[in-house]
Amino acid sequence: MRSCQVRELGRIDYGKALELQQQLAAERKQGLIGDQLLLLEHPHVVTLGRNGHMEHLLAGPEMLNRAGISFFPTDRGGDITYHGPGQLVGYPILDLREWKRDVVGYVRAIEQVLIDTLADFGITAGRIPKLTGVWVEERKIAAIGVHISRWVTSHGFALNVTTDLSYFQYIVPCGLTKPVTSMAQLGCAADPSEVSQTLARHFGRIFDCDMLLETPALAAPGK
Amino acid sequence: MTDVVMPQMGESIVEGTLTKWLKKPGERVERDEPLFEISTDKVDTEIPSPAAGTLSEVLVEEGKTVGINTVVARIEDGGNGAGARPKAAQPAVQPAPQTPPPPPRQAAPIQETPTQETIQPTPAPHQVEDTAPAVGPLSPLVRKMARENNIDLSRVTGTGSGGRITKQDIEAYLAQREAQPAAPPQPVQQPPAAPRAPRVEPVPPAPLPPAGQAKTRIEPMSTMRIKIAEHMVLSKRTSAHVTTVHKVDMTKVAKVRERNKASVQAQYGFSLTYLPFITRAAVVALRQFPIVNASIDGNNIIYHNEINIGIAVALENGLIVPVIRNADEKNVLGLQRSIVDLAGRARSRQLKPEEVQGGTFSITNFGSFGSMVGTPIINQPQVAILGVGTVDKTPVVIDDAIAIRSICHLSLTFDHRLIDGALADQFMTKAKQVLEDWSEDVL
Repeated sequence: MRSCQVRELGRIDYGKALELQQQLAAERKQGLIGDQLLLLEHPHVVTLGRNGHMEHLLAGPEMLNRAGISFFPTDRGGDITYHGPGQLVGYPILDLREWKRDVVGYVRAIEQVLIDTLADFGITAGRIPKLTGVWVEERKIAAIGVHISRWVTSHGFALNVTTDLSYFQYIVPCGLTKPVTSMAQLGCAADPSEVSQTLARHFGRIFDCDMLLETPALAAPGK
Repeated sequence: MTDVVMPQMGESIVEGTLTKWLKKPGERVERDEPLFEISTDKVDTEIPSPAAGTLSEVLVEEGKTVGINTVVARIEDGGNGAGARPKAAQPAVQPAPQTPPPPPRQAAPIQETPTQETIQPTPAPHQVEDTAPAVGPLSPLVRKMARENNIDLSRVTGTGSGGRITKQDIEAYLAQREAQPAAPPQPVQQPPAAPRAPRVEPVPPAPLPPAGQAKTRIEPMSTMRIKIAEHMVLSKRTSAHVTTVHKVDMTKVAKVRERNKASVQAQYGFSLTYLPFITRAAVVALRQFPIVNASIDGNNIIYHNEINIGIAVALENGLIVPVIRNADEKNVLGLQRSIVDLAGRARSRQLKPEEVQGGTFSITNFGSFGSMVGTPIINQPQVAILGVGTVDKTPVVIDDAIAIRSICHLSLTFDHRLIDGALADQFMTKAKQVLEDWSEDVL
């Protein structure tokens, strides 16, 4: 059975996490390391996907600045999104050649991990056809945006656990004018670190691999 | 010469959108070096080059969706890339004008699927010309198009791999169907009673006849047009649009404008129009009624502390709404300067992205095109838009006497989810009052 190393990074700057992802993805491509799952939270940040639309950023740079939000254009798929405290972010670095060689299948599997995780917390979530992500009724609870290079994945998903949803007012999330929600808003009292345990378990089941947990100290980025 | 094809990125995937070329025609590329990017369902994937050489031809332009195994580029092998000039500097991309032509036809799937060990359940490769109903796997998009256009898929010739029907095939079929109104989309049951031209062949495989006397012409929308279309429908679906029209006596403003026109032109080099006066009046009214300067988020009302006014600017083939930031900090002259600047740069396409964002209220001046009254569509996620009609000298009754006044109709389309009629009319009354009792200096 394949194994996947889980790295819980706590709260980490978007830029730092991006650097770590890129480094791990490069090592994964060379076969130096196995599959990885980074679980973390970001300080307030708005990121724009490669094919995103700047006009979905509703606030100007100065307004973001004033609100203490940084801004990053990235190379992931998807449109614009917000990350911040209380949101569980996952960056799987997987070599899909060892899984199904199916990029859409990969996205559907990530959705399934999130749906099953939410179910464990008593939240019934699902998909909306053509709108990638995980939804509770018409509200988006988790966003997905992925980059793949030589079948190695980076970027990933963001699940609103106790996210302060008012920060989404600065953007049109993923270019959609549908509302967002969080586990807390739906009456669930869990915090991101509790959710990450459950999520890692479902991740292992769906992707059919052993999840190797590391302590955060060991997982701290090299530099 | 190596053909570069759209790879299959998964079992269920039958097409991909080419989002970015990472190399230009004529550029040297190494084997396995990222060559282009494709996008499928929120996943952006870098595709490495299958060979080393010079990228000699790019056949699919950025933004196009093509079926898997479609040839998207050619790589001229051989070491000295310098000597190998691209055949045509301008890549031989499919031109748009007539109808999106199908991808370069691959006479059935001669190519074996690269890299994939996926066993394709596609029945035998020869079904292309078969009119048998077995049409192979279809992308959801194709299924939807077929459903919406009431297409019998067995009549469509697939040009994708394994005879799969692609989006382009459907488009070609539709174009064809339009071009020959004689052929009814119904089953070909009718006995040959109709002594029409013997159109017996199922559907000619060639997707687009040059249609000498076609009754329609199909042209893809520009990206801007698509966005405008999406936004308009989205807005109509989102908001409960109601329009209220107020008649405003602009005589006083007209006088102020007359008085200052020449000196503004002389000192600042632009003409003074009615629009900055109306914008100023709107700003004053917005300050008094902040809910008109708000947005809706679920069951929350977001009140914007800044008053950022979008001004709709007509472009040759579309429109754009640049934003005057902090419009409440500007006087008439400052507003006029911003309007001239933004409109000018909108037309020369020099607006920066942040200049079309963050609007909290919009104004559209259709009066400049001769319209007296209009019912504009709200610019989401805003909740109201002010439409400005022509300013015309009109006979009006004042104290039982007839006078000639400069009259303008202002219409406010508001989102009735958030704003009730009474408030909308109070807002308009305030704006009207500012204009009719104009008291601010221009210079």
